[in-house]
Amino acid sequence: MTMAVKTNTLTLVQAVTDAMRTMLRERDDVIVLGEDVGKNGGVFRATDGLQAEFGEDRVIDTPLSEAGFTGAAIGMAVNGFRPIVEIQFLGFIYPAYEQIMTHAARIRSRTMGHFTVPMVIRAPYGAGVRAPEIHCDSTEALFTHMPGIKVVCPSTPYDAKGLLIAAIEDPDPVLFLEPMRCYRSSREEVPEGKYTIEIGKGKKLREGDDVTVIAWGAMVPVAMKAAEEAAKKGIQADVIDLRTLYPLDRDLIAESVQKTGRTVIVQEAHATGGVANDIVSIINDTSFLYQKAPIERVTGFDVPVPFFALEDYYLPTPERVLHAIEKVVKF
Amino acid sequence: MEQQFPIVQVMNNDGELVMPEYREQITKELAMTFYRHLMRTRTFDRKCVSLQRQGRIGTYAPYEGQEAAQVGSALALKDDDWLFPTYRDHGATMTFGHSLTRILLYWRGRNEGCVPPNGKKIFPPSVPIATQLPHAAGAAYAEKRKGTKNAAIVYFGDGATSEGDFHEGLNIASVFQAPVVFFNQNNQYAISVPITKQMNSKTIAQKALAYDIPGVRVDGNDVFAVYFETQKALERARNGEGPTLIEAITWRYGAHTTADDPTKYRDQEESKKRRELADPIQRLERFMKREGFWDEQWAQSVQEEASREVEQAIAEMESYPEAKSDDMFDYVFAQPTWTIEQQKNEYNAWKRGSIR
Repeated sequence: MTMAVKTNTLTLVQAVTDAMRTMLRERDDVIVLGEDVGKNGGVFRATDGLQAEFGEDRVIDTPLSEAGFTGAAIGMAVNGFRPIVEIQFLGFIYPAYEQIMTHAARIRSRTMGHFTVPMVIRAPYGAGVRAPEIHCDSTEALFTHMPGIKVVCPSTPYDAKGLLIAAIEDPDPVLFLEPMRCYRSSREEVPEGKYTIEIGKGKKLREGDDVTVIAWGAMVPVAMKAAEEAAKKGIQADVIDLRTLYPLDRDLIAESVQKTGRTVIVQEAHATGGVANDIVSIINDTSFLYQKAPIERVTGFDVPVPFFALEDYYLPTPERVLHAIEKVVKF
Repeated sequence: MEQQFPIVQVMNNDGELVMPEYREQITKELAMTFYRHLMRTRTFDRKCVSLQRQGRIGTYAPYEGQEAAQVGSALALKDDDWLFPTYRDHGATMTFGHSLTRILLYWRGRNEGCVPPNGKKIFPPSVPIATQLPHAAGAAYAEKRKGTKNAAIVYFGDGATSEGDFHEGLNIASVFQAPVVFFNQNNQYAISVPITKQMNSKTIAQKALAYDIPGVRVDGNDVFAVYFETQKALERARNGEGPTLIEAITWRYGAHTTADDPTKYRDQEESKKRRELADPIQRLERFMKREGFWDEQWAQSVQEEASREVEQAIAEMESYPEAKSDDMFDYVFAQPTWTIEQQKNEYNAWKRGSIR
């Protein structure tokens, strides 16, 4: 007989709040800091109610100073705390990039493990919500490229909570990307209390023998929609939600593409230098002789994420993904 | 501004005590301690320049001329305080208890140089300018949150005050009332760019006004002034009165690093003059002679002891076990990711000759 775990029906952003609340309760060393995270509960309400419950010392409104508070959080992490830093939008992380790349990601290796930076940087990312310029970037590859930081990107409420708790407990810095478009687009049952999902492990959302479709974050619902359309045409797709972008789940990718021999990768970000290219490398390294068709990538374009009047043209759509699926199947 | 932020001087260039209220505190023993550390740091620095010339260490950033600023401030710290240095502050870190061997290893390109002796909260030298200021603010805030009386000191140069992180660090420390001392060594040049091209402000200390924290200008070649002003700032920090910005006015005699030639951008006659007039060590010597604290034989023994200690550290540095290639793979994460593990294994297999 299994114990019934109480669950709540939560959106992704509520699951993020739930993860932070769970860990703020669980560990005294966890603190939350960022712009508007206190009284206002964050611009997306991701920290709603946390300052009221845990006080101004643990849920800290910082000055508008991404480099400053990210740097200060590094100092806190080195000195015994586990900061969760909220960057209001991923496109606002650039002033903090130096702190992340020259320090957060390197302090462990620089000091041979003497000083470490167990911190989480949370950032909503992505286009498709009619937000202003710079509020829509998906620059995960800037971080997956740089050694010393893990990059996590859930697409569902359940995964968001389990992965965020795992990130908070991780002994190294983790960039936690939250797809803005999925914040309130669906709800699911999320267990109360603490549970974790292993960083570095993807998830199979759908089984099919004809083609593998790989996506993450806000592109997961797009990939699923395309897979459902393909099924109507008799094409059965494996759909993988990567969930972690560094380190990638090599085994899950290899297992699926060796079965199907055909792959479509869906990436919201610009094509050049993107995570999709790393997935192509994994397929090349592990599964070259299984391939029956060239790998297709459906991505954003090599242009700055456009103003929102144009964002629907920029973003991969189920139609474009379906087209790519048919192309690799018919090859 | 110069009037609002006068340069605090305890002894003048002639070694004359100009703030007699300190006479009681400046015992013979204290003067001897300062002299010993000043000689030790200068001996080490000169030796490093020569080691670089001989190819025994890599590019080196000398601090000769700035010893009083570094020694005076470091001696004001307590054992449990934090120290966040730049690459030119090993005079401070060695005074605070860093190992000479490890400092040498740093300049020999070894990560071991970033590992402080056990219990010492000495951060590795920050290479990106001013980025260490927010770290110090955060670490100091963490001490406050833990309810300790520990403080942090963070070093940076005049050029760093033009960086965003300087202002963000000061602002955050001020907002958080973090127990941190921002210790600026204004050596008046950022590599080749003189202070007049770095800022239109008359002083660096005045930048404290913007953050509503105390700003102090001290004669950075006066080890007593540096020591007492840093001590006061640390006391304020420990008492919950927040951060202080100290501007220690000094001069580096030599190059920015052994990779540049200062004669290209400034008249080295100026350095010569300053050495004759305001050298921090000679000034203390003059003071000690005036006060009857000086003993020629003792001074010689201090020099000999410093040389012996540095020579021993060099011997340890040179006999240190070779760096292992595995080290670059093993410390990126607590547990290596599969990409790192795979790259390490393949590289080692290639080295063994098992991959052709």
